[in-house]
Amino acid sequence: MFARGLKPLSIASVVLIIGAFAMVFFYAPNDADQGFIQKIFYLHVPLAIAALGGFVAGGVWGVRYLRDGDRAHDLRSYVAIHISLILGIGALVTGSIWAKASWGHWWVWEEPTLVSFLIVFLLYACYQPLRFSIEDPERQARTAAVFSIVAGAFVPLNFLAVRMAESFTHPRVLSQTGGSMPGDMRLTFLVSLLGMAVLFVTLCKYELTSKQASMQLRALKRRLAADDDEAWLPTGRSAAPQQL
Amino acid sequence: MGALVGKDLRVELRTGEAIPAMLLFSVSTFVLFHFALDRRSVEGELAAGVLWVTLLFAAVLGITRLFVAEREQGGFDGFLLAPVDRTSLFVAKAAVLFCFLVAVELAAVPAFAILLLGPTPWDAVPELVAVLLLADLGVAVLGTLVGALGIQTRAREVIVPILALPLMIPLVIAAARATSPLLLEAGAEALPGRWLVVLGLYDLVFGLLAFAVFDFLLED
Repeated sequence: MFARGLKPLSIASVVLIIGAFAMVFFYAPNDADQGFIQKIFYLHVPLAIAALGGFVAGGVWGVRYLRDGDRAHDLRSYVAIHISLILGIGALVTGSIWAKASWGHWWVWEEPTLVSFLIVFLLYACYQPLRFSIEDPERQARTAAVFSIVAGAFVPLNFLAVRMAESFTHPRVLSQTGGSMPGDMRLTFLVSLLGMAVLFVTLCKYELTSKQASMQLRALKRRLAADDDEAWLPTGRSAAPQQL
Repeated sequence: MGALVGKDLRVELRTGEAIPAMLLFSVSTFVLFHFALDRRSVEGELAAGVLWVTLLFAAVLGITRLFVAEREQGGFDGFLLAPVDRTSLFVAKAAVLFCFLVAVELAAVPAFAILLLGPTPWDAVPELVAVLLLADLGVAVLGTLVGALGIQTRAREVIVPILALPLMIPLVIAAARATSPLLLEAGAEALPGRWLVVLGLYDLVFGLLAFAVFDFLLED
């Protein structure tokens, strides 16, 4: 069900990511005042955008789950948020490295985007504990969907509030990613962004397929166990959806 | 809905489970801040920060208790059997939480003024009340939602704070920024209306959102 198009997507993401890195290192020019370290931008920003997009997508799947109760939507919502959390860690780490290299500190409170991202990340980090602490699968899915919707709406609001808190007290002198990128930098950035987006979709599809395969395996094992008059296998508690 | 609010307020009056605990917690936190910051008095941004952090943590205490009776004594089942709209439970619970917060603040904010606050901003009281009420509304709405999420889990005491705190960061930003000019040593300055608008918008957006999704937390 989820495996359709997995092979072309995998090939596309490999090609795009390699192409993007090649462009970052050999095509895009060094930044005039930051030099080589500015190139982390081509990794950091796509990671952050993909993660935020994934969080919002998780909210959209949550809405769809609540609407028609299809467990596949719950699984999609879970996987989107799960992969986004992993990308989010990458975005925070690369952001921190970039801040250290160009501003001299590992963490800069004056940069509203970074601070908002941390808050959003902290909120979504509660998603897995929330799911894990609910045993009944039906209730787990429903609660997780409500959480994903509330948190998805929180993402833009939070960005707005944090940005307001900063930009009015001191002007944004640290903005470097403004709209005035030269053409070759912009092209490199767009290719990196596309690569990251395709990578995100591919990773989600892999996780969906693997989750579905292990669900089928468990169902088959249970059937065999029933034939042998064995006690049925316990699934164990998990944050991930256990059946479709 | 009136019956639901009345029931909760009566329970609180007779048992005193939430408000006294929240109040004691607030006063202890003020004392704690006195020693932790090593200051006799605070003003301006520091005062606003101390006040809001204390009030929010006290609110989390109340949020954790909000749905306990419903869960443990079958109140949810009773409510679901009654022929009423489900969102009325949300509105009632939010109203109750709002009342709790106002009651706590009626005592905690004067205690803060006596114990820690340097200036005595009598002129700024109406503005302060406006900020407090708007922020309370936001906390009540978010708190009811988070409380209802947390009550579904086995680890309520852990899930509620870790969910509530990040969700309330925008509220703290707006409330603290709005309060700090009121608490300056040099006399209260004008209230920044922009932050009141942000508080109001936040209340509105999350009110509507919670109203829309609350139903799904009750189905069983």
